[in-house]
Amino acid sequence: MEKERFTISVYSENNVGLLNRISGIFLKRHINVVSLNVSKSEIDDVSKFTIVCYITEETARKLVGQIEKQIEVIKAFYHTDEETIFQESALFKIKSDLLFDERQIQNIIKESNSQIVTVAREFFVLAKTGRRSEIEEMHDQLKPFGIMQFVRSGRISVSKEQMDISSILNKLQEN
Amino acid sequence: MKISGAEAIIHCLIAEGVDLLYGYPGGAIMPVYDELYKFQDKLTHILTRHEQGATHAAQGYARVTGKVGVAMATSGPGATNLVTGIADAQIDSTPMVCITGQVPRHLLGSDAFQETDIIGISTPVTKWNYQVTKASEIPEILAKAFYIARSGRPGPVLVDITKNAQFEEIEFSYEPCNLVRSYDPVPKPDMSAIDAAATLINNAKKPFIVFGQGVILGEAEEQLKALIEKAGIPAAWTILGLSALDSDHPLNVGMVGMHGNYGPNVLTNECDLLIAIGMRFDDRVTGSLDTYAKQAKVIHFEIDPAEINKNVMSDIAVLGNSKETLELILPKINKNSHEEWHNEFKKKHKIEEEQIINPQLNPTKPGLTMGEVMKEINIASENKAVIVSDVGQHQMFACRYAKFKQTKSNVTSGGLGTMGFALPAAIGAKMGAMEREVVAIIGDGGYQMTIQELGVIFQHNIPVKIVVLNNEHLGMVRQWQELFFDRRYASTIMTNPDFVKIAEGYHIKANRVSERKDLKGAIEEMMASKDPYFLEVRVEQEDNVFPMIPSGASVSDVRLK
Repeated sequence: MEKERFTISVYSENNVGLLNRISGIFLKRHINVVSLNVSKSEIDDVSKFTIVCYITEETARKLVGQIEKQIEVIKAFYHTDEETIFQESALFKIKSDLLFDERQIQNIIKESNSQIVTVAREFFVLAKTGRRSEIEEMHDQLKPFGIMQFVRSGRISVSKEQMDISSILNKLQEN
Repeated sequence: MKISGAEAIIHCLIAEGVDLLYGYPGGAIMPVYDELYKFQDKLTHILTRHEQGATHAAQGYARVTGKVGVAMATSGPGATNLVTGIADAQIDSTPMVCITGQVPRHLLGSDAFQETDIIGISTPVTKWNYQVTKASEIPEILAKAFYIARSGRPGPVLVDITKNAQFEEIEFSYEPCNLVRSYDPVPKPDMSAIDAAATLINNAKKPFIVFGQGVILGEAEEQLKALIEKAGIPAAWTILGLSALDSDHPLNVGMVGMHGNYGPNVLTNECDLLIAIGMRFDDRVTGSLDTYAKQAKVIHFEIDPAEINKNVMSDIAVLGNSKETLELILPKINKNSHEEWHNEFKKKHKIEEEQIINPQLNPTKPGLTMGEVMKEINIASENKAVIVSDVGQHQMFACRYAKFKQTKSNVTSGGLGTMGFALPAAIGAKMGAMEREVVAIIGDGGYQMTIQELGVIFQHNIPVKIVVLNNEHLGMVRQWQELFFDRRYASTIMTNPDFVKIAEGYHIKANRVSERKDLKGAIEEMMASKDPYFLEVRVEQEDNVFPMIPSGASVSDVRLK
């Protein structure tokens, strides 16, 4: 089976230690996590993990089985890139002088559809949201001018199919 | 009226029906021990000589009673010493609640004396764990701990309780837990899967059942027997499924796996339908998955959805509690007998009997065999004893040759293979089944890993029978060295102490046999004893366990020598 990129979405209770429990499932199988994001979800008091891995579908299925087995996990899913809408965000901190001295920087800002988050005397900050490749491209363009700091978030994604957590929760509570 | 968190813990344990626990005190758990002192009439605490012993004793108790075993320890080294037993309980699905003390909340993360991150350490080997930092959480969390440990596929739960939470005072009230909203312990059986499974079973020409501990944990022994008898299906067991079906049942064809019986291993690759019930296709059972039962359709009865298609792909998965699913399928099963197919097992058994079983049970060569010791124990106990085995060659001989009439009678460390398990587990097993004879079968290696628990047997006069099969070697490793490492016996030869003197040092009656003529009498004397009894049997030093499926080989390639 070929390896490909899978996005694993985990709906869970928001409890101390669960991140450790879930990361341990990857550690035990020697699987590297490409990116990880934890946030609130569409349901009150339910957290959502978005985990990206480069694995076979069989591994994705087994990982989801082991993750769902954890007491505080409500439901987990795995999807290919085609089955999800996904983005990442990045911040670039750049010397303020460059904004005025280098015309090319202004072109990059316009063409990349990035936003200026703040401008201070010493530095300004650009924010870019999009696909990994777009962020990489912008990074490569800015690099020659000097990037003071760079950071990129984990992937966030929503699936095209339904992930109906509310009805799962209702069903579990009815039992 | 307000009570301390420590006292609340005691009331929670009593409310959960606990009357016995094993543990070891220390600084961070002292308030709880102070309450245990006050509640001695309701709760018996057994001081093991090492915290690992507390977990194995709790496991032994849980395995024979089906109840949740409880172990307690202090923070730091007390907590880390529990980890082996917790990992063992996790892989063998044993219900256990471990309570550990922890440094006070304000010292968490300060590298305080005896502080260790036991939540972090125990996470991969617990079904659930939780750190309590205020007394008000205690009733709810302990209720949840017991519910999670015993429900669904059972397992170990660890609750770490900071010392300040043990001192704080709360208004106590207790509600048992029967729901955790994110947790579905027992999947509802799907009738379409039951129907499909029944059709496959009714149409099969060469059906074969392999059952595991899921039958015991689900208390489905009667249903299993009914299915086997109605459909006339030969049935084999995994090491943890042992004792769920009477050893002398005509359709009981023995053990599968690395040192299992010849017939069930070879015929796994000849059946047309493999019916797995409450087992997880461990690698010691399947050997190479690439050549495992490829010709057969597979039905998997299982409570844990994560086990479905994990190792072996199933054609039909029947999720649910084994008792419930087997009860649902029984009326749909046609009466049948597969005599010709069953005869295949008998033929293979004959080969094994001639080449392996008879030389083990009725040896003509000098040198005692482990098999003949088991045979004598079967005779003296009339197949009624609880057999607790450790890990290694003696364990394989014990499981191959011990006979059982009653379920929950085989206690052994299956998945983790924990040497040192048997002596403390036998203490727990005996205390869980005082009316039964409990015999621990231990190798000279594993015995010395937890030998200090003789102190518990002595102090509380727990009448377990301890049989050490002494071959002066780490026998299983030595066997592999002989077969696969050109007899380079690296660190497997043991110079042992005088085990009889050690037992006598603990005022335990002790005896030693090294000759065949003395064996029967020695075992009879041991079994007749009302007190704890230690028997060392000096066995053949370089005996091997056969049949054997070499690691990674196919079940078809099981070796008879």
